[in-house]
Amino acid sequence: MTRKQRLVVIGNGMAGARLVEEIVSRPGGEHYEITVLGAEPYGNYNRILLSGVLAGSYCPEHIFLHPLSWYQEHGIRLHAGRAVTAIDWQGHRVQMADGDWESYDRLVIATGSSPYLPPLENLLREDGRLIAGAFTFRTLDDCQALLAYSSQARRAVVIGGGLLGLEAASGLRQRGLEVHLVHRSPHLLNLQLDSVGGAILARLVSEQGVQLHLGKETVAMLGQDRLCGLRFSDGSELACDLCVIATGTTPNIALARAAGLAVKRGIIIDDDLACSVPDIFAIGECAEHRGQTYGLVAPLWEQARILAERLTDSTSRKQYTGSAISTRLKVSGLDLTVMGDKEPAGPDDEVITYAEPTRGIYKKLIIREGRLQGAILLGDLPGSVPAARLVQLFHRGDPLPANRVELLFPCNGKNQQAVSVAELPDDTQICNCNGVSKGAILAAVRAGKRSLKALCDATRAATGCGSCKSQVQELLVLACEGEVVEDPSVHYYVPAIPLTKPELVRVIKERGLRSVSAVFQALANGQEDPTSKAGLASLLKTIWGKDYEDERDARFINDRVHANIQKDGTFSVVPRIYGGVTTPEQLRRIADVAEKYHVPLVKITGGQRIDLVGVRKEQLPAIWKDLGMPSGHAYTKAFRTCKTCLGSDFCRYGLGDSTTLGIKIEKRYQGIEMPHKVKLATAGCPRNCSEATTKDLGAVAIEGGRWEIYVGGAAGSRVRKGDLLCTVNTHEEVLLYMGRFMQYYRENAKYQERSYDFVERIGIEQLRRVLVEDAEGICARLDRDIQAAVEAYVDPWQREAEQPVTPTQFSEALEATPISLGAGN
Amino acid sequence: MKAPLPPGAVCYNLGHISRIPRGEGRTYRLQDRLIAVFRSRNEELFATQAHCPHQGGPLADGIIGDGKVICPLHAFKFDLRTGAPLGNSCPGLRTYPVSLDAEGNILVTVED
Repeated sequence: MTRKQRLVVIGNGMAGARLVEEIVSRPGGEHYEITVLGAEPYGNYNRILLSGVLAGSYCPEHIFLHPLSWYQEHGIRLHAGRAVTAIDWQGHRVQMADGDWESYDRLVIATGSSPYLPPLENLLREDGRLIAGAFTFRTLDDCQALLAYSSQARRAVVIGGGLLGLEAASGLRQRGLEVHLVHRSPHLLNLQLDSVGGAILARLVSEQGVQLHLGKETVAMLGQDRLCGLRFSDGSELACDLCVIATGTTPNIALARAAGLAVKRGIIIDDDLACSVPDIFAIGECAEHRGQTYGLVAPLWEQARILAERLTDSTSRKQYTGSAISTRLKVSGLDLTVMGDKEPAGPDDEVITYAEPTRGIYKKLIIREGRLQGAILLGDLPGSVPAARLVQLFHRGDPLPANRVELLFPCNGKNQQAVSVAELPDDTQICNCNGVSKGAILAAVRAGKRSLKALCDATRAATGCGSCKSQVQELLVLACEGEVVEDPSVHYYVPAIPLTKPELVRVIKERGLRSVSAVFQALANGQEDPTSKAGLASLLKTIWGKDYEDERDARFINDRVHANIQKDGTFSVVPRIYGGVTTPEQLRRIADVAEKYHVPLVKITGGQRIDLVGVRKEQLPAIWKDLGMPSGHAYTKAFRTCKTCLGSDFCRYGLGDSTTLGIKIEKRYQGIEMPHKVKLATAGCPRNCSEATTKDLGAVAIEGGRWEIYVGGAAGSRVRKGDLLCTVNTHEEVLLYMGRFMQYYRENAKYQERSYDFVERIGIEQLRRVLVEDAEGICARLDRDIQAAVEAYVDPWQREAEQPVTPTQFSEALEATPISLGAGN
Repeated sequence: MKAPLPPGAVCYNLGHISRIPRGEGRTYRLQDRLIAVFRSRNEELFATQAHCPHQGGPLADGIIGDGKVICPLHAFKFDLRTGAPLGNSCPGLRTYPVSLDAEGNILVTVED
């Protein structure tokens, strides 16, 4: 057995402690003997909640993330209150204040930052400490000293109108003090806000009782032994008995500099998070990466996560490439979220603003190349798109809806939440499919589920129909105070293979992977993943068509037996009735089958077909044979049905022959595999009796013998009117554009992404450019590929009724024989 | 010679392994008891109770892989070796010792 590696972490703050937590929770973490050297004499606490402690909304004991006992339980040596004074990187050891040396194999510097002290006259006493009554606001000790002093103070001044200064001012105000805030810039939060936003924020802050002094530069502290006022550069003075200095931070780099490591503003690290000398890494506020230092928690945690992965998994090549920043102001009664850029960088950037200054509402979005590049979201506007959603778009760099107003105000019934989830009581049911309450979701976040995927996996929320996902995301952001972790796996096509759909398609084609097991072999170290199998099977069938090497175990049961499993383990059988048009002879056959096989329920479906429900697996082949009808595919992710209205032959309003068109569509595209189910309809006039505008694909006849083609309609867990793709003259053109859309959807949608989510993600303008205007020159190829899929179609019922794929394909329970009994029988 | 069965235990012959296609499961009737038997792609065998403790889904119809089964009704996941629930709070599955004899027949032992 090899010796454990000695990992020494200098710093037990937000970054250092998170790193240790990540390491011990990962496989490979057991190879380390971990020593943490922290200057503060505590376990690890959540520094971002200090303003809550100041405001009285948290007790100090409630902000501890890991008590001292946690370190013991995990075998971590914690030296709390023991500062490091030197690093000897050639000797692989560090020295403590008491002179002792500690050796390491790997060293992580996470020394954080210190408050920046502006050069004010009379700020420091002779012993180098701050004049009595003046405080910084960085540590739990600072916070407690400030609280103790504030009980006898009456008038407090906060210097600095940044995030921390505003939070400190609000906290002191809630403690009942008269509070003034002095800021050098003419507007608050000048790093995060533009002047319009700053002005609205200033009014809101003033309304909360904080008196603002903007554009004022403090030059001196007044008072002999204790503080009694401030003097400004314009000569004016302001009396006070308490002052908090919140004018920024300076990375703690003295230790690293003295040891000879490369430093600028922070300790220089590369994309491996490594310093300029061997076996030393730095993360958190002390580190400088690509010229950038970070003072918010999310980047620190991203760094900690990546470094933990690198340290525990020697095969990992994970790199840190910088963080996009978003943050939320933690002041009660003020709703402010900011991210990225606050101003456009050039004439090509789009700027979207919505302002209601009297109500304190200001929303500004900066869009660059179709992606959200920055936003200011000030004020709570009921019914607007939750900030959490925009934060998500920003961090993922998702393409934005072409209709930009949807970024601020939900359209088409999406996200129409009259009240924000923040205001709902804890027992409110959020996930109506799995019965998950708001309280249960919040508890899971507090228990450490900080990514949407981890949270949904843990609570099962949003794992049913998925329509509550935006609310779950909002709760996640709410409960973890900007500590949301982006789980990269949300972009993967299947969980087991870390590739997006386009990347995966490319690799599969390049390497000629034609079966699900070949994909696992080549791309997942031969490790099967049951949750990834069905998605891969669908993709491979779409890519290879008839050259796909089918493995039945990769299919969901419905696709193994071509019927839809019911809650009691029986199945439903829906034969295809093209366009909903049947004959007496066909109906008689269905009736005969229902009687002969004692089918418990015969039901007319919403797709204008007949469902035989409660059929046993063993009965399926015989029923298919007796019906003599093709499969209606009412059990799989494929083209399902085309609903039709009566159309022009009989209906006195009919403008177009919707019935014939529906039959043609269904005959052509029946059973073709899709990323999700696809349901269509044709309507003979704009009265839309067949509900074609809320189908995945719909055609509506209009006066003049023309047809409108709609894509991305929905009438399920969401309701959405489809977008008009184009208007055409003939049935043949309807078939052409529908097929072209289907092939594009097959190639580009994520597994289980419905057409309406896909259309919103891509945007209807883009779809028109590609599918109607042929801007990418791929239309002829799409038409060819969907034609190949049409030609490859074989009805699975008539094929497998005659010849089961395996002898036990439709067996329900196989018999067994007892062969021996234990003693005593 | 194999160790004798404990008191009350019964061993069943489930017939040849080829009745279960690779990577799939099948339900078997052992007198008045139903069990699910799974054959993984790498030729491991598992035997569990037939129905999901959540809402009675037929586990043999589930997708398997990496020693886990996903119930076809609501995608609850279980460890096939231990029966333990994975990511859900259902009771675990009952599991049964399963082996192959020299002719390739599946043998399952049921105690109690």
